[in-house]
Amino acid sequence: MNQLDWTSDTDGITYQCCGQCGSKWYFRRRFCPRCGTPNASTLQASGAGIVHARTLVTRAPTDDWRAHAPYLIVMVDAEEGFRLMAHGSTELQIGTRVRARFIVRAGRKIPYFEKVQ
Amino acid sequence: MSFITGVGLTAYGSHPDKNTLDLMSEAAALALADAQLARGDIDGLVCGYSTTMPHLMLSTVFAEHFGLNPAYAHAIQLGGATGFAMAMLAHHLAESRVANNILVVAGENRLTGQTRDSAVQTLAQVGHPVYEVPLGATIPAYYALLASRYMLEHGTTESDLAELAVLMRKHACMHPGAQFRAPITVEAVLESKPIASPLKLLDCCPVSDGGAAFIVSRVRSNGHAVRIRGTGQAHSHQHISAAPSLTQFAAATSAAKALDAAGAKLADVNYAAIYDSFTITLTVLLEEIGIAPRGGAGRQAREGIYDYDGPLPLNTHGGLLSYGHCGVGGAMAHLVETHRQLTNRAENRQSRNATLALLHGDGGVLSSHVSLVLERVA
Repeated sequence: MNQLDWTSDTDGITYQCCGQCGSKWYFRRRFCPRCGTPNASTLQASGAGIVHARTLVTRAPTDDWRAHAPYLIVMVDAEEGFRLMAHGSTELQIGTRVRARFIVRAGRKIPYFEKVQ
Repeated sequence: MSFITGVGLTAYGSHPDKNTLDLMSEAAALALADAQLARGDIDGLVCGYSTTMPHLMLSTVFAEHFGLNPAYAHAIQLGGATGFAMAMLAHHLAESRVANNILVVAGENRLTGQTRDSAVQTLAQVGHPVYEVPLGATIPAYYALLASRYMLEHGTTESDLAELAVLMRKHACMHPGAQFRAPITVEAVLESKPIASPLKLLDCCPVSDGGAAFIVSRVRSNGHAVRIRGTGQAHSHQHISAAPSLTQFAAATSAAKALDAAGAKLADVNYAAIYDSFTITLTVLLEEIGIAPRGGAGRQAREGIYDYDGPLPLNTHGGLLSYGHCGVGGAMAHLVETHRQLTNRAENRQSRNATLALLHGDGGVLSSHVSLVLERVA
């Protein structure tokens, strides 16, 4: 309880894990999507990972986002073994080791990855 | 056994004076005339959806509007895979004798019925509402993410992607109904406006108004029917964040199921109709299905393999990239063109020997896959 998660406007990333089969996943739900076991545990991620994919978005969907374009969207393989979508500094390449901090963009708190020096 | 007995397709592009029901009706009337059937012959109706006319019951709204009293009506939603999923459903309805003549129809004023921002935002909802959409992600961004990984692993270049846009435009130039009919070059694609790297404007399909329809029948009603020989589907995820891989998808499984159902081999196929929402979509699907080797789709396009008069003609109407994309009707245009090729009615675009076609559509972010095998009948 009281875990920090950017989707509820606090500085953190959470993921879930099944106590029965060991499966790990990112999108919150009330059961394990692999074996169906209820009461999956929600865990706090460290914020460390490796960039798996990247795109620099120039054509933004709304006026709010146009003010920030171009912005880099990344998919990061978290060290705990799940994958998430986030923003990142434009220098990031596939394979870059990164760590998350949290920023407010277009009125929303979002994870923002930066290169680990 | 089932046959596609008639097809109908409007021009794609701008139809500012027509709404969803107008475009659906226009395409349906063309398909009925082509099948040489009357409204009273239609006892099954399968529709998709329209983003400019969301409705709980689009199939019966259309039935009332067009003047049908079907014994079976159904509207389905599977994103870009909807068109071929409707064909698959109609095939099974005919085979199981639920209906004799099933009208499959879609249309939408997606270009002129809403603002460009509204279209972009509606389509972005394919993404996760909590974990993806709040990041300012768009459909091109989702595909661009997988493109970045796929291209790195398989050595695909931006020029390779551009070759497919050039080919689709070359074919569209030969079709009077295509939205874009001015030739383009690889350089023009590379220099077009950035959207979401590595995708530029000319790597992306347009938003269009248009309508498409076809009729699936238990028995042939005329001399230009095409047989549906096999169908297949496979679904691996919805959101790209939950995709098992960004370099391998469920397309191969879906295509293999359809070929297996048809009792055919990939090597027997001599016409291909493959979903091309972006150049990377077409690249991944061609390579995943096994039509091109990994990393080889762009090279094959450049070599003329996929030209209308080449050994494996591909999307000879110009595809989504250049004929246009009006939503559910987008992929249905691929099927209409396949029908015309298999019945020797593709006029100046007629390929040399199209007898067996593989069609493949994808919905979401390479998430939902539907494949069809269609055959010329003597």
